[in-house]
Amino acid sequence: MIKGVHMKKFVSIALVLGSIVLLASCGTKPEEQPPPPPAQTTDTSAADTPSATDETATQGPSGELLSKRIVYFDYDSAEIRADSQSVVAAHARYLATAPAQKVRLEGHADERGSREYNIGLGERRGQSVRRALLLQGVAEVQLTTVSYGEERPAVAGSDEQAYAANRRVEIVYLK
Amino acid sequence: MNPRMKKLRTCLILATIGFANSVLVTPAFAQLRLTITSGVTDPIPIAIVPFAKAVPVDGGLDVAQVVERDLQSSGRFKAMARTDMVNTPTSATEVDAAAWKQLRVDYVVVGRLVPLPDGQIRVEADLVNALTGLNPFTAKSTVPAANLRKGAHRVADMLYEKIIGVRGAFDTRIAYVSVDGKPPTQQYELYVADSDGANRKVVMRSKLPIMSPAWSPDGEWLAYVSFERRVSTVFVQQLRTAKKIAVSARAGINGAPVYSPDGKKLALTLSGSNGNLDVYLLDLSTQQLSRLTEDQGIDTEAVFAPDGSALYFTSDRSGSPQVYRLTLGSSERPRRITFSGSYNARPRVSPDGKQLALLTLVDGSYRIAVQDLSNGTVTVLSKGRQEESPSFAPNGAMLIFAGRDRGQGVLQTVSVDGQIQARLDADAGEVREPVWGPFQP
Repeated sequence: MIKGVHMKKFVSIALVLGSIVLLASCGTKPEEQPPPPPAQTTDTSAADTPSATDETATQGPSGELLSKRIVYFDYDSAEIRADSQSVVAAHARYLATAPAQKVRLEGHADERGSREYNIGLGERRGQSVRRALLLQGVAEVQLTTVSYGEERPAVAGSDEQAYAANRRVEIVYLK
Repeated sequence: MNPRMKKLRTCLILATIGFANSVLVTPAFAQLRLTITSGVTDPIPIAIVPFAKAVPVDGGLDVAQVVERDLQSSGRFKAMARTDMVNTPTSATEVDAAAWKQLRVDYVVVGRLVPLPDGQIRVEADLVNALTGLNPFTAKSTVPAANLRKGAHRVADMLYEKIIGVRGAFDTRIAYVSVDGKPPTQQYELYVADSDGANRKVVMRSKLPIMSPAWSPDGEWLAYVSFERRVSTVFVQQLRTAKKIAVSARAGINGAPVYSPDGKKLALTLSGSNGNLDVYLLDLSTQQLSRLTEDQGIDTEAVFAPDGSALYFTSDRSGSPQVYRLTLGSSERPRRITFSGSYNARPRVSPDGKQLALLTLVDGSYRIAVQDLSNGTVTVLSKGRQEESPSFAPNGAMLIFAGRDRGQGVLQTVSVDGQIQARLDADAGEVREPVWGPFQP
């Protein structure tokens, strides 16, 4: 049973790696990347400026993809959703060329289930973005992770739409 | 809602649940309001007669009413309305048992406050069995005048034990987290209050999340997780002095602290920078850290068995969160102990060590359940859609947990047999993560 689980984990990691490689290979042609999901940007306008009141944060780079700082996830999953991969890749490219720039990856979960377990799920998501950035040339010293679990929702509400908006990793550029 | 409206609403709610008298007496304390939502089918009829007062040292506190509310909150009693009382005796010798029996009460409680020369007050309550009129019992508690509510709760504990046969847990405290404001800008507060919600005091306030409060076994300290430094830190804080110590601020997650039964250690969850959550043991005096679990899954939410010999914790090493048991000081692998359903988390052990309270996913809803540790039988106790954070009362008779009511977080209690349920509503904001403190000296 344990063995099967590890196998499953290995497969899912391999899938993530595979999709990163795919993305990285088309990274030189950003115009071919799929457009970002329109629904999310309207639902989560408040969350699109993460940590607006955060005195440790800075505005960071701008650009169509770089100004997007939120990576979304499916239910009970730490795999970067296809529609968020281009955002991660854009930040990876930027950070690889700006080695002094540090970012904090803030992982979040939706409100269902146990709070401390959700801290674990948020951390998994943060680590998944961290690994993707590392694989795309970002240095370890540039990245820290924190998981807020379900404690800092982007939006209020107990429906699927709110859950989807809250399952996320926020990329916070630090001063 | 403006403050006047809020006050009006509070008054209306209090009036509707029969606590109208208290509004005039204790409005400043009534931040949490208790409503029994389900009691035993056959509650014991009892008359709690207003006590002889000790003006002015009693500060105007209606002690009999505190006792009455305590007993009612257990769901096992039905108190007679004061307006139905024919007379108001204040000692057992003045009670005409037969007359009260005619009024269909099984027990009569009469009492008085006795001011002592040293400034303290002795609360005395006589319990008369109206059916027999024999062998009245007297409960006594001496407390500083400023702490009269404690005396009332202690007397209620003694009366409860005399009638029900189980030690009462009214003279106890709860800790909980309150959240105000709308995402993404919220304000978090950690509170301690009496078990009836009175005497609420702020322990700590932050613009960033506070979570996972846990009592020290002596009730003097709280351990909790705060994100006030933008990353998680485990603090312990002495309630009397507000002295606060950061005991774990390591890279990655610092979470889920609980005290060992001897109060000398914390079990907690750490992830390190690689993000693998495991359970560790931290010696509070030496700062020595030892690792207890080693697995690639999420291992968290540890809690000690009352005798300190084992830990229960949540792990998703099997693919879904389940509860495991780890014998301390043994090299055995942790043993999985939950098997019904795809989600069992946040275990808490009953004071006698025989039952586990946990969060379980049943019919698409997250509910509170208890599992008998000897035979594995699981009983789902709550009825909501999204409940969490069960915590046993120190007498093991009740559980407090967090539920939701019309989108707001509320605190709820339930008896371990599921029969008696009550709700503690907050005036404003959302309340969550209740933890019941130990018996108090």
